[in-house]
Amino acid sequence: MGSMSKREKDHQSLDPEVTEKLRNQAAELVEQVNAGDYARAMTLINDLSEVRDQSLYREVGRLTRSLHEAIRNFQIDPRNAEQSEALSMMSDASDRLEYVVQMTSKAANRTMDLVEEAMPRASSMRDEAAELRDEWQRLRRREMKPSEFRALYARIDTFFINLNADAGATYDNLSEILLAQDFQDLTGQVIQKVTTLVKEVEEHLLNLVVMASHVDQMTGTVHELEEKEKESSEKGVGPQINSEEREDVVSGQDDVDDLLSSLGF
Amino acid sequence: MKILIVDDFSTMRRIIKNLLRDLGFTNTDEADDGNTALPMLKSGKYDFLVTDWNMPGMSGLDLLKEVRADDDLKTLPVLMVTAEAKRDQIVSAAQAGVNGYVVKPFTAAVLKEKIEKIFERIQ
Repeated sequence: MGSMSKREKDHQSLDPEVTEKLRNQAAELVEQVNAGDYARAMTLINDLSEVRDQSLYREVGRLTRSLHEAIRNFQIDPRNAEQSEALSMMSDASDRLEYVVQMTSKAANRTMDLVEEAMPRASSMRDEAAELRDEWQRLRRREMKPSEFRALYARIDTFFINLNADAGATYDNLSEILLAQDFQDLTGQVIQKVTTLVKEVEEHLLNLVVMASHVDQMTGTVHELEEKEKESSEKGVGPQINSEEREDVVSGQDDVDDLLSSLGF
Repeated sequence: MKILIVDDFSTMRRIIKNLLRDLGFTNTDEADDGNTALPMLKSGKYDFLVTDWNMPGMSGLDLLKEVRADDDLKTLPVLMVTAEAKRDQIVSAAQAGVNGYVVKPFTAAVLKEKIEKIFERIQ
């Protein structure tokens, strides 16, 4: 049943005029061969192949037009402001992705600058607080001489002043870190537009593949497809997407540790 | 303790550098791939190597192999910190003589644990 419906489909892809001609001439060919008129039979074979060639030309013509159409659709002329904006975003997808790399890198560096600025302040606040706490405990245990108390008194005063300033500066760092995340909005938009473009390209490529297979059908061409060389993981292949659904990929550090310990690590 | 950090992304080098500093390792240098790292390792008297895998030029795995093939460097502890997550890759790294394998994204705690484990085993 499957092969039958495929044959019907092949019929449908040919022009009815062509199939009619083929049928008539094939019948006549059988007649002439049976009658022993081989010269006439040879002429008919020539005619037959001419019919085949002509339908092939017609198909190629049709394909050329569709291909032209596909290419034209690829470079759509903007018809309004919205389209022209979308196109300017899409026309140079790799530039746009480069922009994403730059934006994310800038944000990461800005964030790290602010963190590196805040960290020493936080650690000195922590250390000073720890020392003052110890001194305070000594005072509460009444182990402190008056002169020591006077020094502690001044030190606590300074600590409060510094704490106020340092906590304020750290707060500013944190709010700047918050702002440094605004890249997500811009890069998200760019990536969505590039994704749309890639989807369109995929669709058009699929159409081209379908067209090419039509030509192969008409000409009876069979391609020997070279087997694609297996991607070497020696050079590194980058992060894996959907690692949970794959057997050949670890899903996290626990998996790595299990694998390594199974190897005797 | 002198440590070389090899990664093609400067942000990742900086993150690792900061985490190492928190762990008390302040003497660190950076390289952006195996080709720049190897001469540094040969002349720099490093005690520890932290490397990414996927880098332009020489990959982290090739760097590891070069290190293990070099008489002066072959005992250098190597920690791989990488997004490469295929099982056969982890097996290859283990066979090439890696001392630890941290898969990205990772946490400070994981990095600390792996580094401590490597040093424990050496001492």
